[in-house]
Amino acid sequence: MPARPFESEVSIAPPGVRIVLHGQLDRDADLAAAYDRGRVLAGGPVELDFGDVDYINSTGIALIVGLLAEARRDGRPVLARGLTEHYLEIFRITRLADFMTLLDEQPAPAGAEGGRR
Amino acid sequence: MTLIQSLRRSLRSGPDTSSARPAVAAVEPARSVGQGPEVEIQPNDPLFALLQAARGPLDISSLDIDSAALAALQAAGVVLVVPLVSQGDLIGTINLGPRRSEQDYSSDDRRLLASLAAQAAPAVRVAQLVQEQAAELQARERYEQELRVATLIQQQFLPRELPRLADWQVAAFYGPARAVGGDFYDFIELPDGRIGVVVGDVTDKGVPAALVMARTHSILRGDAPRLVSPAKVLAHANELLVAEMPERMFVTCLYLVFDPRTGHVVFANAGHNLPYVRTADGVSELRATGMPLGLLPGIVYDEVEADVAPGANLLLYSDGLVEAHDPAGLMYGFPRLREALGSELVGSDLIDDLLDRLHAFTGRGWEQEDDITLVTIRRSRVGEEPGVELLSAATAATGATTLLAVDLPGQLGNERLAMDQVAGAVADVGLEPARLERLKTAVSETAMNAIEYGSLGSPDVPIEIVVTLGPTDLRVAITDRALGGPIPADGADEPDLDAKLGGLQKPRGWGMFLVRHMVDRVEITPGVDHQTVTLIVDLQGAPDASPSV
Repeated sequence: MPARPFESEVSIAPPGVRIVLHGQLDRDADLAAAYDRGRVLAGGPVELDFGDVDYINSTGIALIVGLLAEARRDGRPVLARGLTEHYLEIFRITRLADFMTLLDEQPAPAGAEGGRR
Repeated sequence: MTLIQSLRRSLRSGPDTSSARPAVAAVEPARSVGQGPEVEIQPNDPLFALLQAARGPLDISSLDIDSAALAALQAAGVVLVVPLVSQGDLIGTINLGPRRSEQDYSSDDRRLLASLAAQAAPAVRVAQLVQEQAAELQARERYEQELRVATLIQQQFLPRELPRLADWQVAAFYGPARAVGGDFYDFIELPDGRIGVVVGDVTDKGVPAALVMARTHSILRGDAPRLVSPAKVLAHANELLVAEMPERMFVTCLYLVFDPRTGHVVFANAGHNLPYVRTADGVSELRATGMPLGLLPGIVYDEVEADVAPGANLLLYSDGLVEAHDPAGLMYGFPRLREALGSELVGSDLIDDLLDRLHAFTGRGWEQEDDITLVTIRRSRVGEEPGVELLSAATAATGATTLLAVDLPGQLGNERLAMDQVAGAVADVGLEPARLERLKTAVSETAMNAIEYGSLGSPDVPIEIVVTLGPTDLRVAITDRALGGPIPADGADEPDLDAKLGGLQKPRGWGMFLVRHMVDRVEITPGVDHQTVTLIVDLQGAPDASPSV
């Protein structure tokens, strides 16, 4: 499938904010800007919704690390949902899973809707 | 007369007394403002401190201090100096001559000027910063461009293929430093069937070194078949180079000729590192000395002969390896290299091992100080399979079917294209979905590394992808041109998330770590002017088990 550029939607989701991510999380993804928008909207936990993300590479992992570091400095817990089984594995290998709460009981299958990886 | 002067200073507070550059440079004043002479106020001039501390315009007409700048300003007819201070730093002045009415500046005038200066100072500072950044950017772009040119020149003169010889195993590695030194090596087939091997190093770096390297290479290539004798080849090259060598530059060079039929070796040395030979008796040097090329005319070089017995292994190398330093400043040195050569490894395995040892010594984050060139030549033992290192590791796969062989432009973003192409090529292999996903990530990351570091992001420098399906495994070999130097040794790429979250490591650096976790095995093969990373997925065993780490 053709690569979709990164987009994000930030909204208040009590008790914190939700950042819905779309497309590919790579060097062009401005995840920090999305976090900053969330910071303006409300305090509390930051929920990252990866359900419409179809590609994450190591640069994307680095961006998530950067966001985690920022959230730690702000004292805000980070939650993640919508990760495919493959990316759940990567989050475990990189230990990102140790620093955020993974909300998915049933991971989305690889190759599901939207060509998700 | 009015002049707005901008002092080019860093943002540090306090005068920079060590600065040797002019402290003042003029910015273009508004057209409606008359322009006077520029006066430099050095940070160590007493007037500098006076203006920096002044709370408003300073009347200098009757000021009497020992200041060169004050004298110059007074001589230029300046009576009032309004300091422009930004964040405590004096960054410029507005210099005024006498009023046209010939009256003194009133207190209202001074208040107005002080207010003007307070508003103008930040704008002037911003303009200075923009100018400084633009100049830095320009300098950096020039430097990067020079590096690209030097790299391209150098790559042009490295051999594309190694000689294929029965009963001999030949391997080579060239790893340019970021600043690109002047290393070179070459294999020259001589008319009588012997092989000439050249390893050299030009002092200096960048384009000048690359040009001297190119010239030296041309001379040696031209002379070697005609003169044959290593001593004569070096002597003639020296005569030509002395006449045209830039100042403070010279070339060290070892020229060795060996007869693949008999193992007989003749060589001469122009100030280069002595080659090592490993035999059943241990590791020793092949000794020959001589003056580097291009320093003095009329040099006669010694010629030394030796015989390479079956099983013996020669190593020719440049000083980038032995002169590498660890974080404490300790040099790698010859004894470590000599000890490393004691292993039984040969060919590219030996080169891999030497580089691994080097990286273990230098530690993480080492920035390669100089080019590294390694050439190994081994005479096979009787009954042994001879071998020549091949350009791509994938071509060495035997009994395998090629599913994909493609070149992609070395352009960032093409890692996804690489991933999709490999996924398409292996669609019928029957990999479990999870293993396929892992392979795709490994391909994407390896291709991104190849593009970013091997091609330096240049679309003109392609990466090669070859997918082969063998009886027991699936291999994806990604070959790049190694413009950014060798891939770090295994273990040198272990990211630490705690350190990253604590700001002790950069957030990036996950690429090879992920790759190693995504497939069963990873092989890194350095080559002549390239390197190949081969991702291996075993086709037997537990089909959907996570690969071992």
